[in-house]
Amino acid sequence: MLHSKRAGNQTVVFKQPPVILAGYNVVGPKEGQGPLKDTFDMVLKDSYAHEKTWEKTEMKMLETSMKRAAAKANVPLDSVDYNLAGDLLNQIISSNYAARQIGLPFIGLYGACSTMALSTALGAMLIDGGFASKVLCSASSHHETAERQYRFPNEQGNQRAMYAQWTVTGAGSILLADQGEGPKITSATIGRILDYGETDTNNMGAAMAPAVADTILNHFQDLSRQPDYYDMIITGDLGMVGFQLLLEVLKRSGLRLSNNFSDCGVMIYSSEQDTHAGGSGCGCSAVVLTGHLLNKLKSRELQKILFVGSGSLHSSVSSQQGESMPAIGHAVSIEMN
Amino acid sequence: MSESKLRPPSVAVTQEEYKQLTEKLSPKPTVLKNVLSAFVVGGIICSFGQIIVNFYMNYLGLAKTAAQTAGTATLIMIGAILTGFGVYDTIVKYGGAGGIIPVTGFANSMVSPALEYKKEGYVFGVGGKLFTIAGPVLVYGITSSIIVGLIYLLIR
Repeated sequence: MLHSKRAGNQTVVFKQPPVILAGYNVVGPKEGQGPLKDTFDMVLKDSYAHEKTWEKTEMKMLETSMKRAAAKANVPLDSVDYNLAGDLLNQIISSNYAARQIGLPFIGLYGACSTMALSTALGAMLIDGGFASKVLCSASSHHETAERQYRFPNEQGNQRAMYAQWTVTGAGSILLADQGEGPKITSATIGRILDYGETDTNNMGAAMAPAVADTILNHFQDLSRQPDYYDMIITGDLGMVGFQLLLEVLKRSGLRLSNNFSDCGVMIYSSEQDTHAGGSGCGCSAVVLTGHLLNKLKSRELQKILFVGSGSLHSSVSSQQGESMPAIGHAVSIEMN
Repeated sequence: MSESKLRPPSVAVTQEEYKQLTEKLSPKPTVLKNVLSAFVVGGIICSFGQIIVNFYMNYLGLAKTAAQTAGTATLIMIGAILTGFGVYDTIVKYGGAGGIIPVTGFANSMVSPALEYKKEGYVFGVGGKLFTIAGPVLVYGITSSIIVGLIYLLIR
């Protein structure tokens, strides 16, 4: 009975599925002009939003989304058992500094852009394991803080590759609880790191697609499901190139593809916004989940979705030393009953 | 003790096949368009520089070498101001090398780190990171000019 909640190699199935009581998100101005603009709770007017540095802005965005997610769920902050969060900056400072303002037992996570799926999966495990009754799960990224850490100063002129993605300015939080009304987290598949040798840090979608494909294949195998079980299978931030690669890899791996696949990175910007291959960053999947996807679930336009976060786990040091990019994907199934 | 066997990836694509797939599906740079816009943008910047130099010679009565030095300094100033106003990165976005190679691009590569890292203080921020972009260009530019100079000295 020890592993009664495990299915197959990588998946856990929750006995009493945790409920998403509420979600909240904050995005930057560019995201607020995109196709999903009506699904965001707060849109900043500029990239600083009255803060002195972009790092402070990102911390404030994350803090706001944590506090307001709890408020939206009518849950007093001090009754939350754990605060789970992660971001892209060195030593995950955005999360650490946001958590400083929250005063809850805090678990900092790093899963690069897969962090929202990772925090949701772990939060659900904490609840179904009986270790918590309420958990906050969050992730954030900021275009300018990511640019200055991973690439160039923001005013430095350069031409981005056509397959490069644009880091989303956004923070998203959900409040998970052991009971209540709302979409439920029914299972989670924790991914393995796969590295198929991509060394071009501009082509993160290509680096991440095999790891995401591996997680999706294992999810379906572990639960003996087919893609048509879900109304939508939505990946985190593969972007246009990575998403095409994912579909091709899944097809070659023998998965029967249905036309319910989608990607947050492809959805978040329109082609007129000229981001090249779409959005990326922890905030990308975090704001699409807490906005667009939760809305669709609550209105029952979607009943069952598989949310698959995708993360490229390289650093600027590893890429300068010529290392290829290890990547990961974590899947969470969210269902309305 | 027997070594535990790792479960192989579930993905039925080899690294070699994936590499080919990535090359096929990643969009290529639009070379002809990029070359043409680099020619136009670089050409405009350089022609503008020539206009300034001529102006200095004809109207301010500067000697040719002095006018060229003053013209270069003027272009650097314009590049720095456009960087400060957040315009220069947009010029390079369309102009590519046509915006990076002229001296205005050099100004951009000095001013953008100065603006960016001011938040980390004047010593380790601005001072320490001012040359993050221009540094490699200076190191190898100066080194190669010394080598070329030595060769010239020897074969003269």
